[in-house]
Amino acid sequence: MTATSSATTSGAAAQDEAAAVEFRAVSRVFGGTRALDGLDLALRPGELLALLGPSGCGKTTALRLLAGFDKPSSGEILIDGRDVTGVPASKRDTGMVFQAYSLFPTMTAADNVAFGLRMRRVSSSKRKGRAAELLELVGLGDRAGSYPHELSGGQQQRVALARALAVSPSVLLLDEPLSALDARVRVQLRDEIRRLQLAEGITTLFVTHDQSEALAVADRVAVLNAGRMEQVGTPLEVYGSPATTFVSEFVGVVNRLPAAPAGDGSVEVLGSRAALDGSSGATTVAVRPEALTVGDSGGIAGTVLTSTFLGPVTRLVVSTELGELTVDAVSRDTLPRPGSATRVQLDTTTVRPAPA
Amino acid sequence: MRRRRWRVVVLALAAIYFLVPLIAAAEFSFRKPGGGYWFGNYLAIATNDALLTGLLTSLQIALFTAVVVIVLVVPTAVWVRLRFPSLAGVLESATILPIVIPPVVMAAGIAFVQANLDTPLFRTLFSSSTAALTPFYVVLALPFAYRAVDNGLAAIPLRTLVEAARNLGAGMIGAIVRVVLPTIRSAVLGAAFLTLALVLGEIVIARILLYTDTFPVAVVEVGRSAAGVSVALSLASLVLTWVLLLAVSFVGGRRAAGRSSS
Repeated sequence: MTATSSATTSGAAAQDEAAAVEFRAVSRVFGGTRALDGLDLALRPGELLALLGPSGCGKTTALRLLAGFDKPSSGEILIDGRDVTGVPASKRDTGMVFQAYSLFPTMTAADNVAFGLRMRRVSSSKRKGRAAELLELVGLGDRAGSYPHELSGGQQQRVALARALAVSPSVLLLDEPLSALDARVRVQLRDEIRRLQLAEGITTLFVTHDQSEALAVADRVAVLNAGRMEQVGTPLEVYGSPATTFVSEFVGVVNRLPAAPAGDGSVEVLGSRAALDGSSGATTVAVRPEALTVGDSGGIAGTVLTSTFLGPVTRLVVSTELGELTVDAVSRDTLPRPGSATRVQLDTTTVRPAPA
Repeated sequence: MRRRRWRVVVLALAAIYFLVPLIAAAEFSFRKPGGGYWFGNYLAIATNDALLTGLLTSLQIALFTAVVVIVLVVPTAVWVRLRFPSLAGVLESATILPIVIPPVVMAAGIAFVQANLDTPLFRTLFSSSTAALTPFYVVLALPFAYRAVDNGLAAIPLRTLVEAARNLGAGMIGAIVRVVLPTIRSAVLGAAFLTLALVLGEIVIARILLYTDTFPVAVVEVGRSAAGVSVALSLASLVLTWVLLLAVSFVGGRRAAGRSSS
């Protein structure tokens, strides 16, 4: 994919015709609420697109519409160019991994994985072979005979992933598959999902409310809010050039700082000069915490309110005349402690205008 | 300390209330006319043709009833839970109706229909005990079966399981038969057992409609002729019921224990 693709909210019409999955002006109304409001979104073949947003933003609704568990109030959904809006879930050829507890409790891991093939009337020997192959692929080759209750949460999700992949679906749907797992397993399985997805080259829609998860694994991230698309772009675009205030605040923390024009397209922020990447004349810029630092001179004065050690960096909240600023400073012994005075400085040479 | 003593007293009273009649009945059933004890009453049961054929007829009715009830109740309960959760209350009240309406009223209604509608369909329907009684026992068993199955469904992640099955290519019926039924197996067995217990004890409708070849009717008939035999019979059917109950809970419980042992 092209790294320079536009970071603005995308229209389906602008996407190429070979989209693997396409939502065209899809809306879903529940009673009086518009859970999804005219969603236009296209997935390119083989890409992993993360659908990111807070709970209730419509991301799960979009996924369920694509899986066929629900019908759109208006609009249409295409898979490989075919309109599937009226096609039942059992004939959509999607493979879904649910949040948790989706394995069939009375079947072994191998039988769970082979279930989709049984429904497709694949012969018993072929089913067994394919199930063994997929369990091997997710690292559970030795647990084929185990029942779901004998497996850990992470292992259950691996089996669920193998089960979804067993039928070689045209789209893989992941409905917050990591949310019920503990932190270490979550990161491990997240990376494994990405590895498998790249190896199989399968188009994937990954629904999550965790921005770090989305940024870590996705080719592109689509940010949803209140049923509407806010922005679609690469993780770097969404993080570095958020199109809206909502995106900038949902995808990480952002400081809004006043900027004074300093001629030749640069601006002065916190007493430092920086190039302005974007429309000139902006008077407010958005600065991520890692683009600020603390020191003894320069910048503006403030008092440290809180200090949170995060490992490689320490997050400081500093009270200044511009309000509270969030600073991610490289962890070291000499960082100011809560209550002590410090100065907040700009630690970057380029800034972007804050979204309206 | 005082509370514990009360518990013992209550337990003892309950035990006396339940056990004394049973022990007295057992003693009576072994009593030989003119003094001493024997197995004569139990031998009389084992050699009574009416009782044996009645038992077979009733077991047959129970089997048909249980199958019909489960085929009706499981998809309905699944459907209500997935699609019309707001109807759950209505359905619950509806399933209580057979308990609210006394069997006598129902039997009288059926008798009226039977006497006044002489069509080939109804003649076939009323031609044998099995054909005639099964539909009515289905109605009587519905409240118990619905409750048992619905409780079973409440304990599993039904929506996720059904959606997972459909996502993998199963239709709605396939999802119920291959995934939901095995998962709520013990609840379904419980429903089947309640149906069996009901059929083995129902006498009002069978008597009023004059289908006198069922087991409960035969038990009453035998009891009229010989008191000792009737008491022996009561105890024997109690033991039979217990054995069936134990069998069902053993089969269902082993599965449930296996599932929750993680």
